[in-house]
Amino acid sequence: MSHVSLKNLKKSYDGKTDVLAGINLEIEDGEFVVLVGPSGCGKSTLLRMLSGLEEISGGDLEIDHARVNDLAPAQRGIAMVFQSYALYPHMNVYKNMAFGLKIQGAGKDEIDRRIRHAASILKIDHLLTRLPRELSGGQRQRVAIGRAIVREPKLFLFDEPLSNLDAALRVQTRLEIAKLHRDLNATIVYVTHDQVEAMTLGDKIVVMHDGHIQQAGTPLELYQRPANLFVATFIGSPRMNLLEGVVSDTGAQGMTVTLAGGQTLHSEVDGTRAAVGDRVTVGIRAEHLWENHDGSERFAGTVNLVEHLGEANYLYVTLSSGQDIVVRGNGEREVALGQAIKVSAPAASFHVFDRDGLAFTRLKPGNLRSSKG
Amino acid sequence: MQHKVTRFAGSTFTQVILAGYTVLALFPIVLIVINAFKSRAAIFDSPLALPNSESWSLIGFEKAMKNAHFFNFFGNSAIVTVTSLVLILFFGAMAAWALSEYKFRGNRWLMAFFAFGIMVPIRLGTVSILKIMVSLELVNTLTALILVYVAQGLPLAIMILSEFMQQIPKELKEAARCDGVGEFKIFFQVILPLIRPAVATVAVFTMVPIWNDLWFPLILAPGEETQTITLGVQQFIGQYATDWNAVLASLSLAVLPVLVLYMFFSRQLIRGITAGAVK
Repeated sequence: MSHVSLKNLKKSYDGKTDVLAGINLEIEDGEFVVLVGPSGCGKSTLLRMLSGLEEISGGDLEIDHARVNDLAPAQRGIAMVFQSYALYPHMNVYKNMAFGLKIQGAGKDEIDRRIRHAASILKIDHLLTRLPRELSGGQRQRVAIGRAIVREPKLFLFDEPLSNLDAALRVQTRLEIAKLHRDLNATIVYVTHDQVEAMTLGDKIVVMHDGHIQQAGTPLELYQRPANLFVATFIGSPRMNLLEGVVSDTGAQGMTVTLAGGQTLHSEVDGTRAAVGDRVTVGIRAEHLWENHDGSERFAGTVNLVEHLGEANYLYVTLSSGQDIVVRGNGEREVALGQAIKVSAPAASFHVFDRDGLAFTRLKPGNLRSSKG
Repeated sequence: MQHKVTRFAGSTFTQVILAGYTVLALFPIVLIVINAFKSRAAIFDSPLALPNSESWSLIGFEKAMKNAHFFNFFGNSAIVTVTSLVLILFFGAMAAWALSEYKFRGNRWLMAFFAFGIMVPIRLGTVSILKIMVSLELVNTLTALILVYVAQGLPLAIMILSEFMQQIPKELKEAARCDGVGEFKIFFQVILPLIRPAVATVAVFTMVPIWNDLWFPLILAPGEETQTITLGVQQFIGQYATDWNAVLASLSLAVLPVLVLYMFFSRQLIRGITAGAVK
């Protein structure tokens, strides 16, 4: 069992400005938590505070209900995998993994047993006598993970472990980390700036921005019910389309918004806390906009750029109101530049955010794709 | 094509300059060595000639070896050089680690203080050093020389080593800390092995001036028992007659130990170890 809880965790370098302002988070046993956010959001600092490499300025960090704020990294029962792997260059793979165990005073046989076990899981048995410089990037990454596994920690910490790998290897290693998590049933905190990594790996994703947690939840929750504008635009690719407007009618069953161009659209969100005349931002994802389909809410515009992905293409469309939006279209159909296009979306697919960027609750999120004709 | 020609010309020019410098630097040494194997008359007749069957003589070496103190001088030099070297590398590495790794008050002032030590030649303080040694009753002991040489070598050692230590990736130390490795173990088992090339560099730079020094042995330890080889050689140089055979022979012999040490360290010099630490 390992349960980690962060209570009002704070970090400040000069005592005045908070880099992290009161982080609250519960990490359950066996959970894969991904900290994600743009660079400078404090996610790496938070990870380093968990590891004990960075001092905690305020609040409590508890691992298994014991306060560990002042414990050294090794005493916390954590193991960390670094972005740069940080293998000891003068030791071979076996010694790299054995070093920490030897320091802890584990017996020779015990060390050997653990290393063989970890090596067989990671399929690096044949590399044990090699030096780090004789390994490829992917192999080094495995050794770094192996060094963490042999310590049998309560908590694994990964600091952007895939950033140094090339694209193909990254996808493969991502799968392996997911498998490793399942096989070891390990509790993992994983930092990345890549939202695809976050979505694919995490049981729980924590989106951070400016030293605050913006939202924590399952990948689907974040995708379907983003709590605010930041999360809505950060999760999902391409970025969610945003349209400015004013509330013209609102109620518990929906909200009608008049867009900047004069067009009105209906969205199925709980609008009870809004009033007529409020300025709002309407969000719609590219994949929920359908070309030439008779959805309830329609837009017209011209295509000025097409990105072909194969299975789909992204059409960059300028609406008649002058707004630019991205539409996910049928990838196997040719679209000419400058072509006039009509796109539509069901009322249930809209997100609406108030002036402070907070989302109105969506009434029927999800499962929009099955109805796509 | 023309590009190739200019590059060839450029590299030839470089080689010529380097070769010229090598000849210039090696000339006196070669002169000493070839004349050490010649008879006294041959040295003065044709100092530039190689020893041949007529002029070949080992008399210089015989005289040097017969001198009762010769091996003693050698031993003194070895003790002073090796002890100073070990102390400089040990304390220098520890100080460099402290200055580059830990942030504390006065860190930068200490760094500046050591930098100052490089700029000011220690010989300027000879009079005060002598006074101190007299009052400590260390005159005519090897300890006096070792103390002075350690002080002389530390600043440069600290500067070079801390420069190298700063280049060691931060993650490596952090990984070790996560592994539960203590700070001393990190220093001795992770950091020191990684900066071995730097340590070798410092060793070479430090060793040669100590071995060759004439100034401090002459002032601090001129006694019969504590003379180093460079000072001991002077015994053969008299006011009226100089035993050139013996002088050249012992100078030739004096070069050998440094040469051996240099070869030992230079193997380390060319080894790049950090490759593979981080991508």
